[in-house]
Parts: sequence; structure tokens; C-alpha cells
Amino acid sequence: MTTLSFPIIRRPMHPTGVWSWITTIDHKRIGILYGVTAFALFILGGIEALLIRTQLIGPDRDFVSAEVFNQLFTMHGTTMIFLAIMPLGAAFFNFVIPLQIGARDVAFPRLNAFSYWTFLAGAIILNASWFLGGAPNAGWFGYAPITGQAFNPGHGIDFWIIGLQVLGIASLAAAFNFIVTIINMRAPGMTWMRLPLFTWMTFITAILLVLAFPVITVALIELMFDRKFGTNFFFTPAGGNPVLWQHLFWVFGHPEVYILILPAMGIVSEVLPTFSKKPLFGYPTVVLAGALIGFMGWMVWSHHMFTVGLGPIANSVFTITTMAIAVPTGIKIFNWLGTIWKGSLDFRTPMLFALGFIVLFTIGGISGVMHSMASSDAQQQDTYFIIAHIHYVLFSGAIMAIMAGIYYWFPKFSGRMYDERMGKMHFVLMFIGQNLAFFPMHFYGLDGMPRRIYTYDADMGWTALNALSTSGAYLIAFSFFIFIFNMVKSWRKGEKAANDPWDGRTLEWSIPSPPPEHNFDEIPTVHDRDDWWARKRGGVKHGVPVSGGSGEGHAIHMPQPSFWPIVVSIGLLVGAFGLIYNVAVAGIGGGIAMVGIYAWAFEPVNEPDEKQPAHH
Amino acid sequence: MTQQAHSADAHHAEAAPVHTGHPTPGTYFKVAMALTAITALEVVVYFFEWLSYGIIPILVILSLVKFALVAMFYMHLRYDHKLFSTMFVAGLVLALLVAFALLALFKWFI
Amino acid sequence: MAQVTAASHGEHEATTTGLNHRKMLMWAFLGSDCMFFGSLIATYLVYKGKSKAGPFPEDVFSIPVTSVSTFVLLMSSMSMVLAYAALTRGNMKAFRIWLASTVIMGATFLAFQTFEFYEFANHEVVVECNDPDAADWTDLQAKVGSACGSFVAGEETEVTIGEYTVKVFEEDGHAVAETTAGLTPRTNLFGTTFFTLTGFHGAHVTLGVIWLLSLFFFSFRKGGVTPKRNLDVDLAALYWHFVDVVWIVIFTVVYLFGVFQGF
Ligand SMILES: [Cu+2]
Repeated sequence: MTTLSFPIIRRPMHPTGVWSWITTIDHKRIGILYGVTAFALFILGGIEALLIRTQLIGPDRDFVSAEVFNQLFTMHGTTMIFLAIMPLGAAFFNFVIPLQIGARDVAFPRLNAFSYWTFLAGAIILNASWFLGGAPNAGWFGYAPITGQAFNPGHGIDFWIIGLQVLGIASLAAAFNFIVTIINMRAPGMTWMRLPLFTWMTFITAILLVLAFPVITVALIELMFDRKFGTNFFFTPAGGNPVLWQHLFWVFGHPEVYILILPAMGIVSEVLPTFSKKPLFGYPTVVLAGALIGFMGWMVWSHHMFTVGLGPIANSVFTITTMAIAVPTGIKIFNWLGTIWKGSLDFRTPMLFALGFIVLFTIGGISGVMHSMASSDAQQQDTYFIIAHIHYVLFSGAIMAIMAGIYYWFPKFSGRMYDERMGKMHFVLMFIGQNLAFFPMHFYGLDGMPRRIYTYDADMGWTALNALSTSGAYLIAFSFFIFIFNMVKSWRKGEKAANDPWDGRTLEWSIPSPPPEHNFDEIPTVHDRDDWWARKRGGVKHGVPVSGGSGEGHAIHMPQPSFWPIVVSIGLLVGAFGLIYNVAVAGIGGGIAMVGIYAWAFEPVNEPDEKQPAHH
Repeated sequence: MTQQAHSADAHHAEAAPVHTGHPTPGTYFKVAMALTAITALEVVVYFFEWLSYGIIPILVILSLVKFALVAMFYMHLRYDHKLFSTMFVAGLVLALLVAFALLALFKWFI
Repeated sequence: MAQVTAASHGEHEATTTGLNHRKMLMWAFLGSDCMFFGSLIATYLVYKGKSKAGPFPEDVFSIPVTSVSTFVLLMSSMSMVLAYAALTRGNMKAFRIWLASTVIMGATFLAFQTFEFYEFANHEVVVECNDPDAADWTDLQAKVGSACGSFVAGEETEVTIGEYTVKVFEEDGHAVAETTAGLTPRTNLFGTTFFTLTGFHGAHVTLGVIWLLSLFFFSFRKGGVTPKRNLDVDLAALYWHFVDVVWIVIFTVVYLFGVFQGF
């Protein structure tokens, strides 16, 4: 192979310290970067929630102004969905998927680094709005025409549009990467029906992402053109129709909720069998149900628009499809119950969170079925009942499962054990806290309290329940102090973790904790659905346990670090600010990105051998 | 999307890229002639005012044929692994379905 | 332990399916891009016929001109596929010639589009007041023609009709009414959706031209593009053909249906 490197900057062959993180293309490190960044942003979104709840603790308060309140709930929703749950999911994809399928890395390691840095750029853009004239204030689904120039002349919405576009690029790049990785990098013998459930759900999530994000990209482009160039997409005097925005947004938005919840379901499907000492009940059904959810998720979007006046036919059709989609979800819940049925249950922290997920997600699912009926939804639309529903599925659902995942894989990525007592305390407080916070919302929601109002009158009779919600929110916050303390303390000086502390079932538990850079000394050959579990029990005739143990593997050439992914992302960051403020700056950003792309294209994945310093 | 998963299942592992009889430049040229002819036909059809609404199905079918010719021959889908077709067609069909659903919701067909 | 050399990346990697990573990524991307153009076309169709003011498609479109540019783009696809075929046969010279002709045809298409955009933005409507075929006038022509009533022989008069300022004057002994009715993205819903859809297609073409041009120059570098290392060209070709099939849809849905009065 001839050398085709693009000699602008010398390739960082063996960087150390901070540079090793900036130029890393190791999926495990990128996973950790994703996880830590997304968790920090999760805390930020949580602080926004606490400010909202503090404002609503009693009637007629002016802790924050109405305008700031609008910015808070908009950024709370946007942050939690795009900057917390999605990237926390991505953290698991990155860390776990290659290990579960028996691969040394993802299919496109540099693209993977690019996804992370671009995600970070998007997070910076969105949150920079706080300091540059005010955050977006039109709600997380940014309905036209309140997002139009006439009603929203500041830059807040521009930050929202451009931030989401950049995040979209990051998500798309990651999704393409994981689709190819899962199809094309499975270890020998890892057939589709042997694929671990988390990998399966990630695969479906990635497909949904790839198909759903272009739709919101188009919607955001149209909104941006309306704002910047005075086009007429959502401009009613010229015949534009704001309902089109709603449609485009929810064509994306509904698959998006499955993008948020399917990885969570995958995590739960890993945790439950491990701590029940049983294989997952009805594996093929769970996979099929996941695929069915992914497919049917495209046929329900107008249930967000029942009160728009689409007419009886549209409302009936979307009522029926929405009710139908509860079926595969129910199938999954029954399979999880079947998994723990008669299992020898081990109530470690991950298991507690997974069980909590089943209980609370089911409550969220039931309230979802309630407003799947158009007539019933007419009573609930835009009230706190909807807020209760979304928090039961996304906080008590997605976040609980993510917590289960963090505790479950903590020994693997840190090489240390977390503190079990603090973990259980976190669970108990968080479980109580979220029910205190979100359950009362059902009642004052049905009692008519609209979402997104910055205050309410004392006569409305909502005071006591709102105070209860707020106290629940504080309790959740407190439980996360324990979590952070536990994580930091255990990561630094927790007890050393064994390779396989949970008696796990999937391949990641067959290698050291933390895994060596190349993951597997020898790529395993898979003979069974729960291969590692079967090997340990002699169920696999041909196999001895593969010890990844030595951590040596000098002759394995891993793809080398690269500067170019972060350079392209910086180009996008600069370009994004340029699109908001100054076209010339956008050109400079585009130029930086172009240089990065060309250099990247000409940089081989591995430098030819002779250039590599002999190590060890 | 689900089909995508299953077809990948069908030929996983050992299946190598399928190369059954590469098309020749002659084939490409014939396809180009067909594309040109169909485009010419489309333009002619559009001048036949007596066809009235009849031009809609005619033009739809003609452009579908063009689309298919390019995808199958120039993009080699006919000769390539079925997984690639599945990936492309999944996006294409979903885009069509969503577009039709939107048109129906905007009362296009009544 | 250390016997395994697994630089599992690059061109000759062993993959689960035996298919190349990058090619799979390309197809996944094209599937995704279908949703992108699908959404844009859906927007165009949802707003079709909903514009409150002209000019309308039948006022500005010139089917013969667009047919020519369509033909050019279709031929560029043929040229592209021939370039790739030449490369796999090892005929570098033919490869470069066909690749260059693809680039030229792509650029020609873009030139047509630029010309078209310019024409639309500066669209002029001229009618002869005693046109015997006045019955066939489009709404816009009829509107302009309605200014003929204020014709004064030997003088030029200006009349305001709706949003247009119409000049009525004498030319070669005939009364003529003339106005500028430009179509921009701001003019009406048709302008908004038309320029956005075809503009994004044009952006795709532009990117393709840059990509192919880069490959063309790169092919002169030793080992840059070789008959064995043809994947780079294969991927660019897939992208190029995709841009072509999108145009096939746009030509029918936007242009041919655009001038059809039925809906
Ligand atoms: Cu929904």
C-alpha cells in the first residue's frame, strides 16, 4: 500500500493525556466520552427541571419570569431528548455493541469519533443560546408559527434549528456506523437469532434514526428558510400551513420516541435474564416485537395532532394504529415477566432498576393507551396528564433503564465495582421521588392544568399536588447526588472488578474488565444464543471459555488515532455559528470542514508498518 | 425496515458478493437509449391534451421505468447483493408511503 | 495469542456478510436520502396549486429546455457507468475521458439550472393585445392583457393590475402589454417549494461534481485510483446515479405535472 497521507499535521501515532482523548477512535473511549458528556447534560436538563418545579411549587410565584420559564421548558425537553437520552444510548452502543458481537471496533472508527465531536458541537450550539440573547422558547416541538420570525424575532429559535441540524448529522453518522457494524462485524457463528437483545434493539434504533432524521432535517430547513429568506412554508397569508410543520415534526417525532425507548428495552432485556439466572423468555418474540414496534411507529404520528381537526377519518385511523402499537409493547412486558418467573432472582442494583422500569413503564404505557383514543385525548391534550405520560415513559422508562445499564456495565468499563449499598439507596430514593413528582400530574392534568403555563391561580385547587410534584423532583435530584458520589468514588478506588462479576451471558463478560484496547485476543466463534453462559456450563461442545485474559496482542493492529474527525466537527461548529450570524463565517466553517474531509479521505486507517514505532 | 433485518438474516455469513454476469458497455448504451426514448415519450405525451387525466398514470409509469432502469443497471442492483436493494427500497417505499399519507391528510384525493 | 493480525479495516477486510463496509454505508445513506427528498417532494405536492398569487408553473416552465437538461443528466449517468466499467477493465485513459465527460455534463446541468433560476426570477410576460389566440392565455397573461384597455396610440401607459405594474405601448403597429412577474422563493408557495426542492437537488449535483472532479485529479496520483482500488469510484458513481434518479422523479412530478392543469 502506498502512502497517501495528507501531510498537514503529523498523525498522532501514540498520543498521551488529553490528546489521546481528542484523537481517540477507540469505541470504548468514545463510549465513555459520550456517557460522561451526556450525563453532564442530563444534569443540566435536570437543573432546568428543578427551576421549573421551583417556579410551580405554589400559586402566583415569580421565581422566574414567564419568558425565562418558556426557555426553561423548551431547553429542558430538548436537552433531555437530544442531549441526554439519545447520547446516553449512544454511549452504550459504543461501549457495548462491538464487545457483544465479538468485534475489535466499529466499522468506521473515525466516523465514530466524528459523531461524538459533532454531538458535542450541537450541544454547545444549543446551550450557547443562553448567553447570546436567550434560549429557544417555543417548546421542544417548535410549532409554527410561534417559531416564525414575526413571533420570535430573537436568535433563540435559530440556535434551536441549527443545533438540531448539527445533532442530526451526529446521530445519522452514528446510526450508519452501527447499522454496518452490526450487519457486517459479527463474530463467526453470531447469527441474527443469536444476537444479544441489546444489539438487536440498537440495530432497530439505528434503522429508525436513519429513516426518521431526514424528515426533521427537511422540516428544520423549511423553518429556517422561512425565518432567514422569507419563504412561505408556514406563512399563512401566502397560503402556507402550519399544520404541515406539525406533520413533518411528528413523522419524525414518533419514531423518535422509539429511538429513545428501544435501547432502554434492550438494556432491560440484558439485565433481567442475567439476574434471574434464566435465558430471556421468548427471545424470538421479543426481537419480533421490537421490529414490529419499529415498523408500526411510522403509522401513528397524527395521534399528537388529534385536536388539530384532521377530521373523523384521520382521527379514527390513527386511534386504531396507536392502540395496536400497544400490543407488541405488551408482548415485551409479558416476556420480561416470563423471564423473571421462577428465576433465582438476585436483587442487585441493575436488577432493581430493571424491575422498576417494568412497573413504571407499564404505567406510562397505560396512560398512553388512554390518550390513544382521539375522544379521550381531546380532554388530555396539552395538560399535565401528557406530561405525566411522557415522564413515565421517558424518565421512569428510558432513564431507569439507562441507570440499570450504567450499574450493569460499570464493572466492565471502569474495571471496578460500584458500591452496592449506595446503588440501592439511589434506586429507592429515585423510585419514590419520581412517583411523587409524576403521579400527581395525572390528577391535576385531568383537572385541567395546562402544560407550559408559568404560574396558576390559588383558586384552581392545584396547589397541594404541585407542591408534591416539586418535592418529588427535589428527591430525584438528591438521589442523583448519591449516584454521582458513588460513581466518582468507585471509579477512583472501588474494589477491582472481576472479568465476569454477574455471571453474564454475553461476550463482553468473557474479556478483562476493563477490556484491552483490541478487546479480543482471538475473535470468538459463537455456537449458542447465550454463548458465554453456555460455554461456562459446558453447553457448547466445541468451546472452551475464551480467555481474553492476557491483555496482550502485540501483532493486532488497531486503527490509529486521527485528528481529522474533530477538525470536521469544529468546521461544523464554526459553520453553524456562521449560519446564525454571518455568512462569511459560515464559509470559513465550511472550508475547515472541507479540509478535514479531504485530509480524512487521504489518511489511511493504518499507517504503513515501517512508519509505526515498534512498541514493547 | 424489518424486512431489511430479515433478508440480511437469509444470507448472512458465507454469502460472498454476487457477480452474475457483468453487464457490458453495450448494455449501458442500450439503457441510455431507453432512457432517452422514454424521456422523449414523456414530453410528447405531455403535449397530448386529449389524454387529460390519463397522462398521470402514463407519466408515473414511464418515470418509474426510468428509475428502475438506472437503479438496476447503472447502480448494479440487479447484479449486487440483495441486502443493498433492501436498504435502498426500504427507504424508497417508506418515503412513498409517508408522502402518500401526507397527501391524504391534506385532502389531496378527495 | 499474538498470532492474529487483524487490521480488520480497509479494502480487503473479512466481513460477516462478505460485503464491503463502505458500500453498505453508501446504500444505507441512499435509503436515508430517499426520505430526505421524499419529504421535500411531499411538501411540494401538499402545496401544489395552493399559491395565492402568480406566477404559476405554467407561466414559467419551459418543458423543451428542461427536457434538454434532463437528457444531459441522464447521459451523464451513462458516462459515469462507462467510466467505472473502463476502470475495472484497466483502461485508465478511457476511464479519465468518461469521468471528465460526466463532470462536464454535470456542470452543464448546473448551468441549465442556474439559467432557469435566473429566467424565473426575471420572468417577463408580454402579450399582444389583439392576439387571436387570447382564449389560450394563462391566467397571468390574461391579467396582463386586461391592461390593454388603457392603450393610447403612440404613448406608453402604466397600469397597476393587482401586484403587477403593466406597461402598455405600441410596437410594430400592435398594442402590447408587458410586465415583469419574477418568481423567487418569496413570491408564492410555488416559488418557495420549487426553489427549495430543485435547489437541494442542485446542491447534491454540485457535491457530486466536486467529488468526481476530486477523483479525476486523484487518478493522476500514483496508486490513487487503480483498477483494483475502484471502490472510491464505485461509491461516487452510486451517489451520482442516485442524484439522477431523484431528477427523474422531479422532472415528472414538478415539471410535467406542474404544467398539467388537472390538479
Ligand atoms: Cu407518538
